Amino acid sequence: MEQTGEVWVFIQRSKEKIVEASLEILGRAGELAKELKVPVVGILAGNSAEFLAQTVVTYGADKVYVLCSSYLEQYTTNAYARSISTLIKNKNPAIVLFSATPQGRDLAPRIASALGAGLTADCTDLKIGSYTHPRTRKKYSKILLQIRPAWGGNIIATIVNPETRPQMATVREGMMKVPVPDGSAEGEIVKLTPDVGQADIKTVIVRQELEKKTVDLKGASVIVAGGAGVGSVENFELLRHLAHLFGGEVGATRAAVDAGFISHDHQIGQTALTVRPKLYIACGISGAVQHLAGMDESGKIVAVNTDPEAPIFGIAHYGIVGDLKDIIPRMINTYKTLSH
Amino acid sequence: MSYKIIVLIKQVPDTTAVSSQTMKEDGTLNRGVLPAVFNPEDLNALEMALSIKERYGGSVIAVTMGPPSAADILRDAMYRGADKVFVLTDKRFAASDTLATSRVLSQAVRKIGGFDIIICGRQAIDGNTAQVGPQVAEKLGINQLTYVEEIVDLTDGKISLWRSVEEGKELAVSSIPLLLTVTQTANIPRPPSVKKIMKYKNAEVRNSLSEACGINDLSSRGLLIEQWDAESIGMDPEMCGASGSPTQVKKTEKVVLKGKQFKKIEQTDEGIRELLQELIKDYVFD
Repeated sequence: MEQTGEVWVFIQRSKEKIVEASLEILGRAGELAKELKVPVVGILAGNSAEFLAQTVVTYGADKVYVLCSSYLEQYTTNAYARSISTLIKNKNPAIVLFSATPQGRDLAPRIASALGAGLTADCTDLKIGSYTHPRTRKKYSKILLQIRPAWGGNIIATIVNPETRPQMATVREGMMKVPVPDGSAEGEIVKLTPDVGQADIKTVIVRQELEKKTVDLKGASVIVAGGAGVGSVENFELLRHLAHLFGGEVGATRAAVDAGFISHDHQIGQTALTVRPKLYIACGISGAVQHLAGMDESGKIVAVNTDPEAPIFGIAHYGIVGDLKDIIPRMINTYKTLSH
Repeated sequence: MSYKIIVLIKQVPDTTAVSSQTMKEDGTLNRGVLPAVFNPEDLNALEMALSIKERYGGSVIAVTMGPPSAADILRDAMYRGADKVFVLTDKRFAASDTLATSRVLSQAVRKIGGFDIIICGRQAIDGNTAQVGPQVAEKLGINQLTYVEEIVDLTDGKISLWRSVEEGKELAVSSIPLLLTVTQTANIPRPPSVKKIMKYKNAEVRNSLSEACGINDLSSRGLLIEQWDAESIGMDPEMCGASGSPTQVKKTEKVVLKGKQFKKIEQTDEGIRELLQELIKDYVFD
């Protein structure tokens, strides 16, 4: 058994491609590893994973462990959890990170439970720091500070796993920037043959029905979002029209989704999806913390609301007090004349 | 074939009702002012269990860990159709993180024994971790299928179901026993039945009062909410609560959003023109 103390990132695959959420973590993981003076390592699994290893290196990994097995070609919980748990026991990394995708959230707790390790879900930030236990006064230095929203996004908590190793966390999508790939980067690629067989496959995937994502809020540079104040499905059409004109997407608050004005895949907020477009137009959104924390870092925020006291104005760059049914059509017309 | 289904449920503070009044000055939450509710996705889990029972036969057992007042959601579960309920209450369970919680729940499930399917909500609205379900499955050494949307079939010890994944959904098959976690889009939970409310509204937790009026009698009438502590499920107190939790909270902070350079725009055509011109100048549309 080695004591590598490395920083690991589980690299999720979708068929022959790396899932972007995994690359987002690699950049931050590299910074953490640098502070700890250890390598940052990507973990890949499956038969077709080997040819992706060099790509993981270009995105910043010093080393890649490839678990080569046909039994890991398709993701199933038990086979993956067993193989990775065993690898962790053999190499003893200090930190193991997963993206907080459905797959990451299926896999990470299973591994943490098998290892008796602490796991923090849905982190929005990760740092290296110190911690003093409030009762024993024992001091821990250079440990992982896992920062995440709690209580529906109303507070930010910093969580630590002082005693157990590895320190494990899942990281929310869209919180960290994908590193710029460096084609000349060099890294060590280690091929491993895990002890995994047919008996480890507990789930048979009969078929997958993939749906094209119809809403791409993460990639949108303009978002026109509506809250409960939009008032109806018809009024949301106005927002859609404006978003379309700006080449953007329509977003919504939880209240608007709960009211049935728009579907759930449009929801923005601390616990749903965090966005930072170049322009965010908030219509009929009063500004619950949960929502604001999910869009506060947008480049420019324009708020349209009938209530001059609405908290949304407190974080906006531009505010218009008025009725969106009147203002949005005028924005549409004015923009058309300006862009001609 | 009839199936023994255990549903793991949680009473949570209604975090969707958090307002400025619920936050204390130091950034911590004034838990007391928030209403305690049945965790929403646990209602979807209960609904899935009840529909399996109706389709294939069996019984539904609801289990919760929490203070004695968590019995409220167990009563609610009985109103909706649960056959038997357990509350896991012990001061030494308090402050358990997800791993410690999974140890307590899996011990209780072991004690109940003989189950075919365990169903949990995907996640609870107070923490949104989605970790306890998979951790319970691991502790019991059974398979898990998370993010379940729809049961297709359950025959000869094999279950097939649709679950949602990153890019859509997949049809998965597994043997029982196993653990499922259920999303809010899986079904619409049935409301409590008026008849069952009348029947179970006096369901009591086994305590000194129920001892006095005869537990056996309550139990035979299905009015008993069984209460278990660490000893009754064979739980090592060191492995639960704060001492059994590998994760610790270093600090919590109130979310502080920075005010920006604010400009008020008049609600006139000139105002809107000026705003759009500024935005165009800032290249937000490029």
